Amino acid sequence: MIFGFPIISVAIWLPIIFGVLVLSTGDDKNAQMARILALVGSVLGFLVTIPLYTGFVADTSEMQFVEMHDWITRFSIHYHLGVDGISVLFILLTAFFTPIVVVAGWQVIEKRVAQYMGSFLIMSGIMIGVFAALDAVLFYVFWEAMLIPMFLIIGIWGGANRVYAAVKFFLYTLLGSLLMLVALIYLYNQSGGSFSILDFHQVAIPMNAQILIFIAFFFAFAVKVPMFPVHTWLPDAHVEAPTGGSVVLAAIMLKVGAYGFLRFSMPIVPDASHYLSGVMIALSLIAVVYIGLVALMQSDMKKLVAYSSISHMGFVTLGMFIFNAYGMEGALLQMISHGFVSGALFLCIGVLYDRMHSRKIADYGGVANTMPVFAAFFMLFAMANSGLPGTSGFVGEFMVILGAVKANFWYAFAAATTLIFGAAYTLWMYKRVIFGAVANSHVAELTDLNMREKLIFAVLAVTVLGMGLYPLPFSEVMHVSVNDLLVHVARSKLPL
Amino acid sequence: MDLMTNWMSAGAEIFLLAMVCAILIADLLIKQSGRLVTYMLAQITLLGCSLITVGTHENGVVYAFHNLFVDDLMSDVLKLLTYLAMSMMLVYSRQYLTVRGLFTGEFIVLALFAMLGMMVMISANHFLTLYLGLELLSLSLYAMVALQRDSAIATEAAMKYFILGALASGLLLYGMSMLYGATGSLELGVVSNAIQYGVADKNLLVFGLVFVVSGLAFKLGVVPFHMWVPDVYHGAPTAMTMLIGSAPKLAAFAFATRILVEGLQPLVQHWSGMLIILAVASMAIGNITAIAQTNLKRMFAYSTIAHMGFMLLGLLSGGVEGYGSAMFYAVVYVLMSLGAFGMIMLLSRVGFEADTLNDFKGLNQRSPWLAFMMLLLMFSMAGVPPTVGFYAKFSVLNAVVQAGHIWLAVAAVMFSLIGAFYYLRIVKLMYFDAPESHEPIAVGQDSALLISVNGLAVLLLGLLPGALMSVCAVSVQQSLLLH
Repeated sequence: MIFGFPIISVAIWLPIIFGVLVLSTGDDKNAQMARILALVGSVLGFLVTIPLYTGFVADTSEMQFVEMHDWITRFSIHYHLGVDGISVLFILLTAFFTPIVVVAGWQVIEKRVAQYMGSFLIMSGIMIGVFAALDAVLFYVFWEAMLIPMFLIIGIWGGANRVYAAVKFFLYTLLGSLLMLVALIYLYNQSGGSFSILDFHQVAIPMNAQILIFIAFFFAFAVKVPMFPVHTWLPDAHVEAPTGGSVVLAAIMLKVGAYGFLRFSMPIVPDASHYLSGVMIALSLIAVVYIGLVALMQSDMKKLVAYSSISHMGFVTLGMFIFNAYGMEGALLQMISHGFVSGALFLCIGVLYDRMHSRKIADYGGVANTMPVFAAFFMLFAMANSGLPGTSGFVGEFMVILGAVKANFWYAFAAATTLIFGAAYTLWMYKRVIFGAVANSHVAELTDLNMREKLIFAVLAVTVLGMGLYPLPFSEVMHVSVNDLLVHVARSKLPL
Repeated sequence: MDLMTNWMSAGAEIFLLAMVCAILIADLLIKQSGRLVTYMLAQITLLGCSLITVGTHENGVVYAFHNLFVDDLMSDVLKLLTYLAMSMMLVYSRQYLTVRGLFTGEFIVLALFAMLGMMVMISANHFLTLYLGLELLSLSLYAMVALQRDSAIATEAAMKYFILGALASGLLLYGMSMLYGATGSLELGVVSNAIQYGVADKNLLVFGLVFVVSGLAFKLGVVPFHMWVPDVYHGAPTAMTMLIGSAPKLAAFAFATRILVEGLQPLVQHWSGMLIILAVASMAIGNITAIAQTNLKRMFAYSTIAHMGFMLLGLLSGGVEGYGSAMFYAVVYVLMSLGAFGMIMLLSRVGFEADTLNDFKGLNQRSPWLAFMMLLLMFSMAGVPPTVGFYAKFSVLNAVVQAGHIWLAVAAVMFSLIGAFYYLRIVKLMYFDAPESHEPIAVGQDSALLISVNGLAVLLLGLLPGALMSVCAVSVQQSLLLH
């Protein structure tokens, strides 16, 4: 903490307070004011998180910027926040995407603007809370609270089948969370009355209990990641969500699941994690290969990117559960990179959808003729999604494959197929949408990007290229924390 | 025990009785147009009761009237919350009842008599006192349900309520008579000691216990004794439903703890097994059947059944954690239930009951604020943080896990998941669907303010639940002499 200034609390509550202010502007008569207020709030929200990075001490795995206050003394629950090398980048990523989402929805969202902008701001604060919470109950509160705004965003501003998707999203994630709650309460009683996550890391737990806890956590986190076979909510939610919702879902919300594995499952139940790592690796590889093939078959662009997200997240869980430094760091880099790339791809599709009101690949063709600037940006993000060297997508995938080779050649072999499938489904979609002759009169009438859209894409393009060419600023902060986590996970926690 | 102590410890009850009689007579002299005076008198009475309860509070446990009556921290806390719930009920129902011509002196007087019954139940230290309070409460409620004389459905509900209620009372009395036969006393503490140290006939005791628990289950409305709940909730005018679904749950909690914990603690291994069955069956049937309901009041009836099942989980876990969490759950439930029924009444108009699911369609477009309040209440009932409903579930689950029933906790959260669906459906209707009518919502200022306070309380208590949790834990700890 710098000069005792509670940066993390500000990062959490500033967007929430702005969100409430935006909500209070009321109906659509004041829409412009709501937009401006939302933009100010989200930009400020991003700026306040920058000291978290600049002031971060990279050579320790201790929690930094720690804040700790009593909250519910009866259960010794604390308002306990802090970041380490694993969580700090996700906080920045979350805060980074909020202004982008606000700007992306600037014109497109016409009904109930204040509620839309307000929901995103509030959600942004809550998601930062998830990454920063060091008390299990505080974590759980943020974790569940995240569902409410997302539920409303999908359900109110989503596509035709939005209600089904929203309810499915909510119930799927609630199922996982409730089992996790029971596990957390069990750990509270085992740890002698503490809800601190760091204390949970030290509790000795017998093997059968470890396995049950792992399963409970698995439901909570695997649903969010999402891992095969509990991924089916994601294509529905993505397809029906508005562009901003898809961006937040893909860029950040999927990461909280993977983050949960790192913060909870592995350090709290390391023996069960090792014992069940075979299952996790198998599920990850199924996601990589099978879901990659499924993505190839999609006729809907959003669905295609949604399946591609599941496939890429399979890479992430694979990297984690092979338990070596390459894999783990690769997984983290892949998460960050996937945040940028998938967010950018959903924005690209959003740009097309706003103009044509269709997500069907077949409705497009020859867009390059009418939208050359857009086509160039889309090209870059499509390449990044297929893991082209020089883009951010390459770094993480390469490191995970490297780690997988060390663990087992065949893991690496199966995982590497994604470089083929990923390129196939992304570029094939790109070809059908962008190249060729102008398909129909609607495409002929398309207008290229406006300033606002150019700005968004330029920022993302710089980030994607920058991370691809020089990933050190991202990897150096996580290095010590990852190594420490691996050391911790290698120690057995079975009671003697 | 001198006379003064007796009178002091029952001061609020005596004051209430005097005031109800005074209101009853005063009301005869008031014309219908001046009914507001009666209403104000009732509110003043509630205020007076709370002042007396606070003023006569004494540390420790005070027994009065030859140990028939007890004044302890738990009773004081529960009574104060009961006054608050009753006062809120009166505010919510005033407009609703006025336009239906039901805003009469009888309503207010019966409501206050019902409250007197609750207070007697809360402070009872003797099986007969408990029974007396219970009957005073029930008889007032039977009459209130039937108050809308020209409504066939209300009359039917009252009839069902009365017959099944009488049956339950019979079971309870029968059980009590067996306990008396086995132990030779009806005073809770004496019964407990007699079971623990005496040579009471075990068979007779357990037999009596079964009847007592059945009667209790009837009154709580838990499966398989729940049949009356949906019909009564549905048939009664919404104001009466609100009364039945709110404050009496606090009294029911007191009733259950007094009997089971203070009176029959030595039989805990017998009754906790029974409660497990009742609780799991209630959560299952309540939550699953609620999904099929299209009438909101029926849906809330089944939701009540499920919530009471959840509260029983706390009771059967035992200890300060268990009883404290059950009390916290009951208090939180009352708060949420007041808000939910209050919302139904707010949306109702002359000749129109907003009690079907479709009446909530598109509420967000008609009134974003009311929709938001309902959203908070529904997420709280579903147990989603950051609302207080989550902490109610959390503390009960914690007690259940601590008592070693992990599988029971897993079952409870699975049924909560099922329950989340129908609460979510209301949010869906309010936010995702288009409204069926665009008629403006005419809301009285007092009830609009109250619903805002109620909804925000659900949120604020969710952000800072510690104080209320501690109050509940401390009061059961002091009153039930647990360590």
